Amino acid sequence: MRIAVCIKQVPDTEARLRVAKDGRWIEEDDLRFVINESDEYALEEALRITEAHGGDVVAVCLGPDRAKEALRKALALGCAEAVHLVDDAYQGGDAAATATALAAAVRTLEADLVLSGSQSDDVGYGSTASLLAGHLGWPHAWLVMGVEIEDGASSTKVTREMESGTNEIFRMQLPAVIEVQAGINHPRYASLKGIMKAKRKPLATPSPADLGLESAAIGAAGSRIEIVDVSFPSSGDEAEIIEGDAEAAARSLVEKLQKEARVL
Amino acid sequence: MADAKTIWIVLQLREGGLHRMSREAIAAGQALAARLGARAEAVVLGAEVGDAAAEVAGFDLDAVHVAEHAALGAYTPGAYVGALAPAIRSAAPDFVVFPHTYQSVDYVARLAYEAGAAYVPEVVSFEDGEGELLFRRPVLGGKLQARVRVGGEGVAFLSVQSGAFSGDDARAGSAETRPLELGEITADREILGTETVGGDQVDLSKADVVVAVGRGIGKPENMPIVEELAATLGADIGASRPVIDNGWLPRDRQIGSSGQTVAPKLYLAIGISGAIQHLVGMKGSSTVVSINKDANAPIFTVSDYGIVGDLHEIVPALTAAIADAKG
Ligand SMILES: Cc1cc2nc3c(=O)[nH]c(=O)nc-3n(C[C@H](O)[C@H](O)[C@H](O)COP(=O)(O)OP(=O)(O)OC[C@H]3O[C@@H](n4cnc5c(N)ncnc54)[C@H](O)[C@@H]3O)c2cc1C
Ligand SMILES: Nc1ncnc2c1ncn2[C@@H]1O[C@H](COP(=O)(O)O)[C@@H](O)[C@H]1O
Repeated sequence: MRIAVCIKQVPDTEARLRVAKDGRWIEEDDLRFVINESDEYALEEALRITEAHGGDVVAVCLGPDRAKEALRKALALGCAEAVHLVDDAYQGGDAAATATALAAAVRTLEADLVLSGSQSDDVGYGSTASLLAGHLGWPHAWLVMGVEIEDGASSTKVTREMESGTNEIFRMQLPAVIEVQAGINHPRYASLKGIMKAKRKPLATPSPADLGLESAAIGAAGSRIEIVDVSFPSSGDEAEIIEGDAEAAARSLVEKLQKEARVL
Repeated sequence: MADAKTIWIVLQLREGGLHRMSREAIAAGQALAARLGARAEAVVLGAEVGDAAAEVAGFDLDAVHVAEHAALGAYTPGAYVGALAPAIRSAAPDFVVFPHTYQSVDYVARLAYEAGAAYVPEVVSFEDGEGELLFRRPVLGGKLQARVRVGGEGVAFLSVQSGAFSGDDARAGSAETRPLELGEITADREILGTETVGGDQVDLSKADVVVAVGRGIGKPENMPIVEELAATLGADIGASRPVIDNGWLPRDRQIGSSGQTVAPKLYLAIGISGAIQHLVGMKGSSTVVSINKDANAPIFTVSDYGIVGDLHEIVPALTAAIADAKG
């Protein structure tokens, strides 16, 4: 089996975020970037499937130069190849434009299955991989918590998360796009040997022309959804912040919980 | 009025009636229609939807389109997209509003692809940006919110986040129902069944006090400070999803949209940022206290009291202060 895994590089969830000067996105210069959380689980699932059924995994990422690090990590974890859509024309797109580019790249890979995450931890459209499935004309499933490849790899049994602690189980035909939810497995760590080997593995950087894409169809130019500005959320009824060092704050909190809220 | 705009609201059913969030979607659709001077029309899909269609016809809508087909009995994206894409292409509404449920997210992006629509997921409000209609939605795990514009030509899809609009605001009225013309539709999944997640089934729904721990705890070795706080308070321990995904606590401790819903009199959120999927599981709590090192963390917007700082210092200090107070 040949599996393409879509991984996105996003700011570390630990990162302290600041709104950029132009107000349109966050200040990215001093942030640490990592593989998107659900994509890490997707990558692990792909590696497990090929370990059980044979084949190899190709990691695909659309992102700026820094995203090469995410692909290097994917190679170190056990992917055979990587594809980086790094050209400027690819960048800044909405889910639809990103999916158009990813689909063109996936088509060149002759994959039997595409795995992705369910939602990116930055823009969080939860859409990109379903749109990619549309381009490929393959069935898809979102929020997948279990994948079992069946006889002859012509179908797969999928467990999908639903609201409030219920899963739905169904069969779908392959090839398909499977959008993995965090928690499906426990991702491995890269070994030193893996990191050394990764340096010699192929990392392709096809241009839009290489993939037969017009630049008007991709990136910001190919997008109908545009972020106008970002801000910190407010409810107009924020918490009363209790000041002081840890001990003083703890004491006055307890007093408030006893006297004001009367819950202690 | 030939050029009046039209809004469709595609509703999700649950056990023959309306899903809670479908009411919220109706309220959202009506609000958008009022803002644009548009017609608001609902769409109901299923194998037999007579009762639900009658219920929807009791809202202030310009029409209720009823899509009835055997293949729509059990939800599959193939059948839903097959039913809706041609209908949307031919009616060409300006907007299609969906409730942002797990089911919608599974098929709406695919439907957008097939219907040639732009899609803005997780809308929490409609806003006026200098005369231009903007949609507010969470980004970066809810740590920030973005306002987005939809440009270009053609249909725009919006899915409205849980709780952003109140179902009580959905205006009653009366609407005419009419069948939606359907082409050939086929399921693309063979449904095998459902299973309950969570194993031991710790029931947190009746807990009086909940100490909930998030990714900010850092590693499982740090868990004892939270356990001591919970023991001192006589509280149950709950967690955000990453704590469970990392295997630091069992799945039946998860609070949120894919976990348990709690409504204690006191909820302590420790190292939890406050993503919407977590908030929906705890927003019924009477008093919420948050401890977080990030003063901008969205959890503070739903908390009564907050302490900004390092949980590794604050949690043990709080345990000691509670023990003292209890004498
Ligand atoms: C379909 C779907 C369903 C989901 N269902 C659920 C669900 O049921 N429940 C759920 O919880 N999530 C759910 N999620 C995940 C959710 O979107 C968030 O990713 C998750 O809630 C974040 O958990 P967190 O707040 O613990 O982690 P983070 O967002 O990483 O926040 C960690 C917080 O800890 C703080 N912190 C770090 N170190 C310290 C320190 N030393 N002292 C004090 N504070 C510190 C940080 O400032 C930060 O605010 C779901 C996601 C999806 C896509
Ligand atoms: N730029 C990208 N490069 C590779 N994969 C992506 C990219 N953007 C989104 N994806 C994939 O699509 C999933 C959903 O992303 P989103 O629609 O942004 O929430 C992610 O979990 C990734 O697997």
